[in-house]
Amino acid sequence: MHREKIDRIITEHRQFLDQFNHHVFVCSGLGCPRNDEIRRALERAVQTQHLQDAVLIRKVGCMGLCSAGPLVLIQPQELMYQGVQPEDAEEIIASLGKSPIQRLLLPADLAFFTRQHKNVLRLSGRIDPESLPDYLVAGGYQALLKTLATLQPPDILRSIQDSGLRGRGGAGYPTGLKWATVAKAQGSPKYLICNADEGDPGAFMDRSLLESTPHAILEGMIMAAYAVGASQGFIYIRAEYPLAVQRLKRVIRDAEQNNLLGHSICGSNLNFHIQIRLGAGAFVCGEETALIRSIEGKRGLPRPRPPYPAEKGLWGCPTLINNVETYANIPPLITHGPEWCANLGTDKSRGTKVFALTGRVRHTGLIEVPMGMRLREIVDDIGGGLTEGHTLKAVQTGGPSGGCIPAALLDTPVSYESLNELGSIMGSGGMIVIDETSSMVDIVTYFMAFCRDESCGKCTPCRVGTAQIHNLLIKFQNHRATMADLEMLEWLCDLLKNTSLCGLGQSAPNPVLSALRFFRREFLDCIATEQAHEEVKP
Amino acid sequence: MPTVTRQPIDDRRWQRIVQTMQRHNNRPDALIETLHTVQDIYGYLDSTILSAVANHLKIPPARVFGVATFYNHFSLKPKGDHTLVICTGTACHVKGNDQVLAWMHEHHHLAPGETSADNRLSLVEARCVGACALAPVILCDGVLTGRKTFEETTMVIEEWLGNAS
Repeated sequence: MHREKIDRIITEHRQFLDQFNHHVFVCSGLGCPRNDEIRRALERAVQTQHLQDAVLIRKVGCMGLCSAGPLVLIQPQELMYQGVQPEDAEEIIASLGKSPIQRLLLPADLAFFTRQHKNVLRLSGRIDPESLPDYLVAGGYQALLKTLATLQPPDILRSIQDSGLRGRGGAGYPTGLKWATVAKAQGSPKYLICNADEGDPGAFMDRSLLESTPHAILEGMIMAAYAVGASQGFIYIRAEYPLAVQRLKRVIRDAEQNNLLGHSICGSNLNFHIQIRLGAGAFVCGEETALIRSIEGKRGLPRPRPPYPAEKGLWGCPTLINNVETYANIPPLITHGPEWCANLGTDKSRGTKVFALTGRVRHTGLIEVPMGMRLREIVDDIGGGLTEGHTLKAVQTGGPSGGCIPAALLDTPVSYESLNELGSIMGSGGMIVIDETSSMVDIVTYFMAFCRDESCGKCTPCRVGTAQIHNLLIKFQNHRATMADLEMLEWLCDLLKNTSLCGLGQSAPNPVLSALRFFRREFLDCIATEQAHEEVKP
Repeated sequence: MPTVTRQPIDDRRWQRIVQTMQRHNNRPDALIETLHTVQDIYGYLDSTILSAVANHLKIPPARVFGVATFYNHFSLKPKGDHTLVICTGTACHVKGNDQVLAWMHEHHHLAPGETSADNRLSLVEARCVGACALAPVILCDGVLTGRKTFEETTMVIEEWLGNAS
């Protein structure tokens, strides 16, 4: 019965789309400014040129190459125009079916696009984020229907475990294991949380996914709810992402109206509801126990684990908590089977990873690559190298919890293990390219100021330690440091790493430690004593 | 001692706040959602309203104030007529927004979180607005400007302030 309704929506929408000779896709993410104006201008141009029956203007999610935005994609020819302004609208519409406008055209073979491997981003920039029919025509919710009709919860758990998928929020905990723990946990009800509190400065993967394919996140969550037996879900999202919030609200309503959420989903015995909860600007709420307290309406203070949320989470009940990108990985994984994910990437880090590539690199934006790709390929090929006249100094990954990888180690493959070995982390996927104009001392001081401000204050090592480390770093910045300060700095970093209560404090020293490891010279240069010069001498 | 609260006089606005609390069955965990509504309506968290919210949700005022001050997004002070948000995410920092902040201090005598004496302009420092590919990013009354040099950015600000007066 339900299947028929969905099939009907698909047929009707496909017929509607097929009427038009040309589809003009306008990127409508936060990263493409003035896209509303561009879309309106294009629509006006279609009117004035009387092409209403032949040309369809559509708003779509992020196409990835934000640095060339605003982007417009013409289908079916796959022409991509960059830096489009509302004034170009008439010309673009007039050129449809004729030769493309050279001055706006992006080369079709740009490495930025050809070197990527899109999995969770495959529909981003290809469908209207808020349109359920669009998502359905693109194959959306098929994985869910297949799951409900033919798979039992243990089948899904096995598939996830076999795929080797690891949490994309940063720590890389095996997703299958986490799900199995929640499925086994005693207690009811069970809750499910989507962590969309992307607090890392320099990261925007979650925002982009939520803005571009919000239905895919819902689909992943519903399948997770079925697998672990949860009946209520929450999306905890930053209030700073108003567009993502607005789109999520819309797609949740549409899903509810079409029985993809709510009671007896698609005629099965699955009941699942989703509520949105707004974060309010606290980096620590990315930590799962702090996030849970925030949903409970309290200050976002973390608590010691165990017990883990899988056993005692929201209101003391078993809770599954995963990152946005993790949920987005579920529908393709079930559609294509676990081997497909397992065959991509490295032995222990499988599948693809989305990165926000920014900083002093030519092409900035959102990218998705198979794990194991070397950093050099990401920076030089996909990123197009550094901006004119600059040389690469380091690549910063993992935000304030991560570290810097120096230019000399650029052949490192990107995987959880290899980054950890270098004292950095995958993190949620921020990747910032730093050139010779930035001082590492300055950058780590910036990160430490961030952690000091964002420390929730519950445990002393973090509350006091981040402030002390920051004070020491300022001494280095002002060239007033001594060798004793350097020793103290290392000692404090070690202390903080080993004694803090939660991930914020434990990882706060990472940028400092990795800078001290690879850019020690810059710190020694800030010491104005004879002692320092002696240490540098071989 | 518990604060004696007067029901806020502006009924229409208070009704919208009550609606948010009712949507969450007036449970204590509605607090953060309610604070968002209060800030949306009033532009900041007014202390009288906060006391009324505490009463309504039956939670101690201290907890309401504790939550209100814990999160960066909430402000207990009214904002000025215009708001300039300077993003200080890593990409924006690397690309020179630290200089823009210093310039604001020098030329407009405003530090993040402050409002000018004539109540015209509030300066806000954002952790990261998530538009890193456009770094450095500023928002003039919510309108995003990105990918500009330090000189261009300060020009945008001056022009906006000139037009906004």
